[in-house]
Amino acid sequence: MTDLLRPRVLGQSPTRVDGPAKVTGTARYAGDQRVSDPAYVHLVQADVARGVLTEVDVSAAQALHGVLAVLTPDNAPRLASTDDAELAAFQSHEVAFRGQVVAAVVARTREIARHAAALVRVEIDQRPHDVHLSADRDDLYAPEKVNGGSATDTEQGDIGTGLAHSPFTLDQTYTTAWYNNNPLEPHTTTALWLDGDLALYESTQGVHTTRESTARVLGLAPERVHVIAPHVGGGFGSKGTVHVHVIIAALAAKAVPGTPVKLALTRQQMFSLVGYRTPTIQRVRLGCDADGRLAVVAVDAVGQTARIKEFAEQTAVPSRTVYAAPNRRTTHRLAALDVPVPSWMRAPGECPGMFGPEVAVDELAIACGLDPVEFRIRNEPDVDPDTGKPFSSRNLVACLREGARRFGWEHRDPAPRARAESGWLMGTGVAASTYPVNRIPGSVATVRCTAPGRYLVSIGAVDIGTGTWTSLAQIAADALGADFTDVEMRIGDTARPRASVAGGSSGITSWGSTVVAAAREFRRTFGDHPAEGAEASAAMPEDDVGEEYAMHAFGAQFAEVRVHADTGEVRVPRLLGVFAVGRVVNPRLARSQLIGGMTMGLSMALHEHSVLDERFGHVVNHDFAEYHIATNSDVPHVEAHWVEEHDPHTNPMGTKGIGEIGIVGTAAAIANAAHHATGVRVRDLPLTLDHFLE
Amino acid sequence: MIPFDYRLAPDVDGAVAAATGWGGVAFLAGGTNLVDHMKLGVAAPEVLVDISRLPLDAVEELPDGGLRIGATVRNSDLAAHPAVRRDYPVLARALLSGASGQVRNLATTGGNLLQRTRCAYFQDLSTPCNKREPGTGCSAIGGYTRQHAILGASAHCVATHPSDMAVAMAALDAQVTVLGTSGRRVIPLVELHRLPGDEPHRDTVLSPSDLITAVELPPLPEGTRSLYRKVRDRASYAFALVSVAAVLRVEDGVVRDVRIALGGVAHKPWRARRAEDVLRGSPVDGSPADEEVFRRAAEAELAGAAPLAGNGFKVPLARNTVVSALRGLSREER
Repeated sequence: MTDLLRPRVLGQSPTRVDGPAKVTGTARYAGDQRVSDPAYVHLVQADVARGVLTEVDVSAAQALHGVLAVLTPDNAPRLASTDDAELAAFQSHEVAFRGQVVAAVVARTREIARHAAALVRVEIDQRPHDVHLSADRDDLYAPEKVNGGSATDTEQGDIGTGLAHSPFTLDQTYTTAWYNNNPLEPHTTTALWLDGDLALYESTQGVHTTRESTARVLGLAPERVHVIAPHVGGGFGSKGTVHVHVIIAALAAKAVPGTPVKLALTRQQMFSLVGYRTPTIQRVRLGCDADGRLAVVAVDAVGQTARIKEFAEQTAVPSRTVYAAPNRRTTHRLAALDVPVPSWMRAPGECPGMFGPEVAVDELAIACGLDPVEFRIRNEPDVDPDTGKPFSSRNLVACLREGARRFGWEHRDPAPRARAESGWLMGTGVAASTYPVNRIPGSVATVRCTAPGRYLVSIGAVDIGTGTWTSLAQIAADALGADFTDVEMRIGDTARPRASVAGGSSGITSWGSTVVAAAREFRRTFGDHPAEGAEASAAMPEDDVGEEYAMHAFGAQFAEVRVHADTGEVRVPRLLGVFAVGRVVNPRLARSQLIGGMTMGLSMALHEHSVLDERFGHVVNHDFAEYHIATNSDVPHVEAHWVEEHDPHTNPMGTKGIGEIGIVGTAAAIANAAHHATGVRVRDLPLTLDHFLE
Repeated sequence: MIPFDYRLAPDVDGAVAAATGWGGVAFLAGGTNLVDHMKLGVAAPEVLVDISRLPLDAVEELPDGGLRIGATVRNSDLAAHPAVRRDYPVLARALLSGASGQVRNLATTGGNLLQRTRCAYFQDLSTPCNKREPGTGCSAIGGYTRQHAILGASAHCVATHPSDMAVAMAALDAQVTVLGTSGRRVIPLVELHRLPGDEPHRDTVLSPSDLITAVELPPLPEGTRSLYRKVRDRASYAFALVSVAAVLRVEDGVVRDVRIALGGVAHKPWRARRAEDVLRGSPVDGSPADEEVFRRAAEAELAGAAPLAGNGFKVPLARNTVVSALRGLSREER
């Protein structure tokens, strides 16, 4: 793919086409959809982590005026497929995790539904549960593959020999916490049945993937399920796969024939029902020579999964690609626990997996007396160390150098705990970022001429707040040679041609390539002066070079940290990231994605931590008062930049995904800066003040 | 939400009358805590008596230089009041460090005092809690204790009072005016809230039909400085791990007057009398306002601390924060 689009609108920053609707409150999200006289659903959850339902007494709930139906395992219809245990709503009396849905009330109002839900009496024969994650468990197992289809374990060279011959070595364990995706818009479904067809207004990252999963579970032909998601208030992975509330909403609507239902999860319910990022335990071993050249990179990662459904976070995968070293090893082991089902959360694998290794690199650089930027530059590989393939483009070194220049790194005194200002200890730190260029096949786009020079472009992509409405119109405009304002997009609906999920930072690569293919097909068929109504479609082209190259985005993040000498409070007055992400479609939107990712990384570094109470098996701090996410005051200054990067191989736009790389490496940069400020090395997130108290 | 009755209080006396005789009654003002609790099922009052429109929303400067704050004065209005900003910076800063701008615009003075603990187990119906359901046990003990007490707790409850404003008022020797069925009475703020003992369901000494009508602050002597220092897990919108309200008058390097209250450490705003005693010296001739004395004072107060598994860090944190606050105030003095 060398015939990259000639950029005209690409690289410009048109404002979001959906912006006015959003700021005026007229954009309709899943729960805002106008349906006639809807009923409301409220869920009843198990309050033990493992057991068997012996009774679900709905009599008091049913007696409440306004209650239309109560679904339980005793009365719910059988589902066509229970292969995905997470979606097998009401199909069994087994309770597999605390928070599992055991009943659902359908009522005339939200308030009645909630009241009635509290009146459902649930008896559970409680069994001993096990929710304890530890690297010392004797029942850890190796999954067949890890998320993304990567190999579970890899080994090159010999770790033992490598370490034995390295004058500088490191063997440390790092941990990242349990994190819950918390998009501002809770998971919400409006469901209605019409003549055997199911319509779902759904807050989702993929309308077609939602259709396919839901149809499979309900035993419907996929075309009988219609999924509509014009606007989505954030997903961060938690809306990337169907969760059980969708199935329950469909069952609830079926239980009240002719009545649409609305189901919005509460914030508390989201902590057990929509996935989360597994906590990880990362043993990192590194060895290097006196010049700081790595001889050994080994990462052994342990995470958790639910006993009922496997999700294998690919924590050690990024360390396969970042630095060169002759002796390499990665492993993944899982503990299957009585916990809610973990799932995707922004940069699964890369986000937690670049914490341990990037702090370890900082530690080893200090040990051998090298500047941590220089250390990383010295370990730049010529080819992908994992596959041996050349990189389609790789500019980590350029990001490190440009970041160092912009940040003022050259004036840095490497000595820890050497600067203080008004009672605060000051430090700076750096870490690398990486994220693969993912493409997901199976999208189709249609281009139609609606008036002379005007085009309607349809593809069932979803805008989860990233700017898809706008960026795809830019790509279509350049692919058609049209003005941006002459292109109208139709997305977010299974009535449009099939599209892949908004996940893995794959959207622009996958949908954009498809739109370009459709535009080229349109021009090939109809030329430059098409008739009104002329229409052409194309599927996403085959990837003809993907096998030849390793394709990854890279970045470097720099953090300034201050730690209060008396109280240990940690603040990040400045974050600066420089990224190499191919061509940037829309700088305004790209900056939002990158600083959004970095902010989420800061939040992970300092605040976020789902606290598991092992006695009960649930996340205790399950609301926004106690699950701390960075506030504006915590994020005074975040800047994101990018280096020019020409990559003719990724796709016809020359882009790489940008939705996730911003969160990768941030926490390590902040932890490294906190060490520089205080001399205290924290290897367990989050970096709360108690780590630094004296 | 469970159905409830709603009464708009016609006047102050009528509010108390309307609240008398019910099994479950609550006064509704800003609703920033109560409404949450009603949604969660933590509170299920039979009747709400709406006091938000009573004429209790004035801040009056008193002839003696003190201040009378009506019970329904909004937190944001109080923080912005010129007399508060001028004479009681500790109070202005405490108010502004609490909640968010939107919440402060609704929350009232009386409601702020009567807000309930944010203990996660108290707010979760699925976990036992003696405060919510007496006799069921305390889930926080042996659980997640970061926001929990290190002083004055019991085997029945280790919750903390979440208010910032009340901590400042405790250090200011505030007096709370209460109207009840048997008339008006005045309670020192430091005696309004209880320690949990074996009745943790009782947050305060008030009965359900007692209505707080005002809080009075005595004047501060000339030359007194005050500040509020809140330490928390993020820069904004988080409850205090430890907070310190300190009121200090230093003359010629000697402590002449001091009042300290701690937040985030106990079931009530914790007046640090032992620390004050050290700072006042013995006999009351004033101690030197220096780091060593500040530290000794803080340690004296915390000698009785009984941290829980998981919150031991709050002891050195409280010590350091007291020292830091006093250091700041005494430096300001010079």
